Amino acid sequence: MRFGTEIVAVGLFAFAALMGVAFAADEPFRQHMWVLFFVLTAATVVLIRRTSFAPAAPADPSAYLDEPIRYGVIATVFWGVVGFLAGVVIAAQLAWPDLNVEPWFNFGRLRPLHTSAVIFAFGGNALIATSFYVVQRTCRARLFGGNLAWFVFWGYQLFIVMAATGYLLGITQSREYAEPEWYVDLLLTVVWVAYLVVFLGTILRRREPHIYVANWFYLSFIITIAMLHVINNLAIPASFLGSKSYSAFSGVQDAVTQWWYGHNAVAFFLTIPFLAMMYYFVPKQADRPVYSYRLSIVHFWSIIFLYIWAGPHHLHYTALPDWAQTLGMVFSIMLWMPSWGGMINGLMTLQGAWDKIRTDPIIRMMVAAIAFYGMATFEGPMLSIKAVNSLSHYTDWTIAHVHAGALGWNGMISFAAVYYLAPKLWNRERLYSVRMVNWHFWLATLGIVLYAAAMWVAGIQQGLMWREYDEQGFLVYSFAETVAAMLPYYVMRTFGGALYLAGGIVMAFNITMTILGYQREEASIGARASVALQPAE
Amino acid sequence: MELYTALRHFADSWGLLGMTLFFIGAVIFAFRPGSRKLADEAARIPLKDD
Repeated sequence: MRFGTEIVAVGLFAFAALMGVAFAADEPFRQHMWVLFFVLTAATVVLIRRTSFAPAAPADPSAYLDEPIRYGVIATVFWGVVGFLAGVVIAAQLAWPDLNVEPWFNFGRLRPLHTSAVIFAFGGNALIATSFYVVQRTCRARLFGGNLAWFVFWGYQLFIVMAATGYLLGITQSREYAEPEWYVDLLLTVVWVAYLVVFLGTILRRREPHIYVANWFYLSFIITIAMLHVINNLAIPASFLGSKSYSAFSGVQDAVTQWWYGHNAVAFFLTIPFLAMMYYFVPKQADRPVYSYRLSIVHFWSIIFLYIWAGPHHLHYTALPDWAQTLGMVFSIMLWMPSWGGMINGLMTLQGAWDKIRTDPIIRMMVAAIAFYGMATFEGPMLSIKAVNSLSHYTDWTIAHVHAGALGWNGMISFAAVYYLAPKLWNRERLYSVRMVNWHFWLATLGIVLYAAAMWVAGIQQGLMWREYDEQGFLVYSFAETVAAMLPYYVMRTFGGALYLAGGIVMAFNITMTILGYQREEASIGARASVALQPAE
Repeated sequence: MELYTALRHFADSWGLLGMTLFFIGAVIFAFRPGSRKLADEAARIPLKDD
């Protein structure tokens, strides 16, 4: 019987959620368990409707398991648009505070929804989907564990839904990028271990003797995120049927654990696995091997050894011991080298094929992504220097930095991967429209430029206003005055974000039409030049 | 010795030395004589399969 075990298991968990509703220790937990109950009940009904009693055909062990990857690509596009939309909404809330709709849709609750949606829902789905795709092709082996890959996909979506609804209900443990409470953390831990089993199992049964470097990057991402997630979320629940828990650490040790996690979420979630994407999809799209494979190995080891120590730079001029702050700063500065080594390696892969930037918008996106990676990894070490940090910290300069990296690097390389994957996964000759990729590219680039430029100016102005003293030693500006001065920049930022969102919607349309099998009639990019060069008669 | 102090001393002595040596070893291994051919072959892995 198809889905026999799954129906029973999901049904039992739905019942457990209902018990959670009945015996909840606090009101938010009760509401959250209602959400869980309805999601799991709906899943049970869907599974029951899709079951069959015919004996299942055995899976062909030589064929790749691509269906979860197709779902993953769709989820990436969907959560991407949701996450960008949440970002535009909270940007507008900062410019026009009347848009705060209490209690569910105020800035405090929507902001973690935005960060988690773009990092974990959009980025995470892109990473899971591409890692499953890349590991099969570079190991030439089917995904290990049969339906475990499906558990990873659906378990991860459940985590996203529980995290997002929890934020809106006001459930948070107030840890940056790790806001979900203990029971949602436990769910993610189980899903993540299953992810590790699928990925590592596939590597172990590879038919290619060498493990391609992209898989090293993916594997280090999966292992390190498991470690970071578990240690950062060590907490004692106040009640086993309640939404409140207390961290196992206190004081500055809690802070440094939080930022050890927080910065390594940037490192091992937003950098290292996206570099894995770069090491697979750039060579594929450019149809030439990576510039220097040996450099990619040195890149891997140096970035692994350095990144994990950079977290303390988030705690400059705090109660953290001075030596630890300096350590974080020094390691951040040392990161310049591997970051730029990797960037050069990615860009130089196009050596001899630079004309593709003109003719292939997907390559153009990849190049822009790598260029933004280079810019963000130049700016990051600079901001980690204590003297610079004393001006930039707590200002919008940090927001500019994060978004140059997230929108430029993570966003663009993920879009490029999605555009590469869609025709391959659905066996289409090409995308619905290559020209719309170009539209997406320019909307996104213009959006980033407006966003980052506005926030850079806002941040530096904020920092300078905060530290401005008069000749008698009094602060010149009250805090409210520095907030009021930000209005034009916040409006500009909202507009930049809206452009980026528009690009995401163009992508969603293009991918949907590709999946449905349509092709837009259009002139190919770069073909016009040859027409124009006809000799005169 | 207090656990914190013991760990700190280990981290900035033997731990640091061990990690540095491993890293230098990994770099030397990557650039060992004869590795270029193997690396060039490995770089072509993604292009072999669709």
